[in-house]
Amino acid sequence: MTTVDPLIVDRPPPKGAQFDPLFRYACAAAAVFLLIALGGMIVELTINGWAAFAKFGFGFFTNVTWDPVAEVFGAAGPIVDTIVVSVLAMVFALPLSFGVAVFLVEYCPSVLRRPIGIAVELLAGIPSIVYGMWGLFVFAPLFAQYIQLPLTEAAPPGSIWETLTAGVPNGANILTASIILAIMIVPFVAAVLRELLLSVPATLRESGYGMGATSLEVVSSISLPFVRRSAIGAAMLGLGRALGETMAVTFVIGNSHDFPKSLFSSGSTIASTIANEFNEATGEMHSASLIALGVVLFMMTFAVLAFARVLLNTQQEF
Amino acid sequence: MATLKHSRRMAANAVFTTVCWIATGVALTALVAILWSLVVKGGGGLDLDVFTKVQPAAGLKGGLLNAIIGSVFMCSVAMVMALIFGVLAGTWLAEFGRDSRFAEVVRFLNDILLSAPSVLVGLFVWIVLVHPFHGFSALAGSVALALIAVPIITRTTEDVMKLQPPALREAGLALGAPHWRTVASIIWKSSRSGILTAALLAFARISGETAPLLFTSLGNTSISLDVTKPMASLPGVIYSFALSSDDDLVRLAWAGSLLVAITVLGINIAARFATREQKRS
Repeated sequence: MTTVDPLIVDRPPPKGAQFDPLFRYACAAAAVFLLIALGGMIVELTINGWAAFAKFGFGFFTNVTWDPVAEVFGAAGPIVDTIVVSVLAMVFALPLSFGVAVFLVEYCPSVLRRPIGIAVELLAGIPSIVYGMWGLFVFAPLFAQYIQLPLTEAAPPGSIWETLTAGVPNGANILTASIILAIMIVPFVAAVLRELLLSVPATLRESGYGMGATSLEVVSSISLPFVRRSAIGAAMLGLGRALGETMAVTFVIGNSHDFPKSLFSSGSTIASTIANEFNEATGEMHSASLIALGVVLFMMTFAVLAFARVLLNTQQEF
Repeated sequence: MATLKHSRRMAANAVFTTVCWIATGVALTALVAILWSLVVKGGGGLDLDVFTKVQPAAGLKGGLLNAIIGSVFMCSVAMVMALIFGVLAGTWLAEFGRDSRFAEVVRFLNDILLSAPSVLVGLFVWIVLVHPFHGFSALAGSVALALIAVPIITRTTEDVMKLQPPALREAGLALGAPHWRTVASIIWKSSRSGILTAALLAFARISGETAPLLFTSLGNTSISLDVTKPMASLPGVIYSFALSSDDDLVRLAWAGSLLVAITVLGINIAARFATREQKRS
């Protein structure tokens, strides 16, 4: 027999101790349930989308034709659009949110620091459908009139510029969608980046200033290197959001399945295609193809989010 | 030479500072513009009918009563499910799983689920709960929303419970209370405000979710409280009305957006106060 604490041996078990295993199992069951939920999601989506992968094979990823009537489904359009829109959104959002975060930490007058900080965090919580409404009714018409039309008209014939700006001037296109997405993820990424920059020990930053460094030098040589991994993680979290964002994009992307030809051509991301078509899916193969699209989206976000989490979780090494 | 370098550094810094100011200005302008159109367009559509009449057919006048009731109902059911599972799973991670390999996996997958695209949660629930039973239902909608809320609650519950001083747990055990009693009466109680904050944030999050409801609860033009039947939701109605060409419906969609935004912001602010109380005590 192993050694047992003599104090415990002589004591009767506490009243109600017979419920301890029950409590333990209930808690464990809830934790296992979380596993089943995510595992079930992967498995069920794959099983139900398998028909599409099996029928179209690798062509599902490379074919541009998405034709519910002829039952030919190639997802290249939505997949490429998803990547283009998300990456464009990140290109707009990252510098903006970095600027906001640095502003809040380094430059903001202390009276405004709390209100702006809180406003940024609150706005990160506004539902995407609200951004979608604003994008559709307010931003898209203005964008078409003041940005898209002038750009298209100013384009010299035959140039790359003309190719990039070709499209129907209704404001519903890839560029609009990525701008709306960027506006949506800026508060989120800025809030995370701000937390990170605040986690840099004050002595480190102050020693930088004490050496006569400018704010730019303190941020670029002290703060950023200190939080580098986590900052990339935060950006990845933002990208994960952008990839899977549904409602805000569905409203403003124009919903066509063609391969994107220009910044102003209408398109459809994976999420917007599913949201638009799933309830009206015409047949088994249409549903299966949409679910297969879901699997592709899942893989993409899983990879990005897993990468983000690994980067964010290793911050404690310091 | 030194002065040239100095002035160059100062110039670079000035540019950087300006860019940061401009970035903040641009971001705040966009966000103020959104809130402004919400208040103007949404406020213009708000009247008593919105709260007293059900959604109209195209061309008629009506309100959003069925959608408001549906949203409150489904979110409440979802929160009950999410609280039970989330608090228990969080307790397991903090009390039993701790640093075990399995706990690490659960924690990691929970973090993934936390930011998984909500449209996929909708697809998953459609496959599991809608397709086999040949019908959209409020229950399926609630389950989809609960799946989105659970990870938020699990994570915060674990974090808050781990913050409780070990002496508190030992005191309970020393008094002769069994483990479950110690957790339920002492640890949960002292973590109450943290868990409440998480619940509020989760509620705010799911009350604006649209995508997971499209394929699960679908929508319903009349008031329904039957969990086996389709049920309307505010975000769902906003979505379908916004894409219609009827001006009255679009007006209602804006009013609905304002309601959703006010709810979400209000709950977020309430959650902030809950956290502040906790810090003070």
